[in-house]
Amino acid sequence: MKTVVKLFARARDLAGAPTLELDLAESATAADLRVVLGEQVPALQPILPSLLIAVGNDYAAPTTRVAGRTDLAAFPPVSGG
Amino acid sequence: MIQLTHAPIDFAALTESVRSTQAGAVVLFLGTVREMTHGRQTLALDYDGYPEMAEAQLRELEADARSRWPVIEAGIVHRLGHLELGDVSVAVAVSCPHRHQAFDAGRFLIDRLKEVVPIWKKENWSDGSTEWVHPGTDEAVGRKQ
Repeated sequence: MKTVVKLFARARDLAGAPTLELDLAESATAADLRVVLGEQVPALQPILPSLLIAVGNDYAAPTTRVAGRTDLAAFPPVSGG
Repeated sequence: MIQLTHAPIDFAALTESVRSTQAGAVVLFLGTVREMTHGRQTLALDYDGYPEMAEAQLRELEADARSRWPVIEAGIVHRLGHLELGDVSVAVAVSCPHRHQAFDAGRFLIDRLKEVVPIWKKENWSDGSTEWVHPGTDEAVGRKQ
């Protein structure tokens, strides 16, 4: 199912877009999303292992279901402060 | 008070906002834009954020701090956008009955902010290059933040 993911910081620069629309299996988890991101956007490969995935306002566990969500985001480690 | 802003942070007003007759201690932490990092010169920093999630995470951190220390008032303001050397990027103000509580709660808030709140800084180095700071990634090896 079509699922939009927001990107930030270096992830956004590497992908060349602020959002990506991916086609995910209905059972897809955050761990699956990481794999699909790497397959569909090879430019993200260098940061894939450290990429953080958020569902809504919380960090997702690898097993969190993500397909069809409208509030997904993926980004590298944070550096505020 | 939790706030993300593109405007300069009024840290005097933030400090005033946490003062209370119940408090014996008010601690203010300011993060400011540093010129030199491990021998490299910064000209400016650009901060980006995921505002909805960042504000929610900051509210959670404040609640977490309140569950650990007798916090009377707490305020956290983070700036986004283009910052020059010396500019204030973040301000954390905390009031508690006693000083050790205020220091500990303030340190907890800024330390956790740097770990979990989705805000990122991009270095504008003096050699003309730019670079997102992403702790723990290959790019950051040898230049720990």
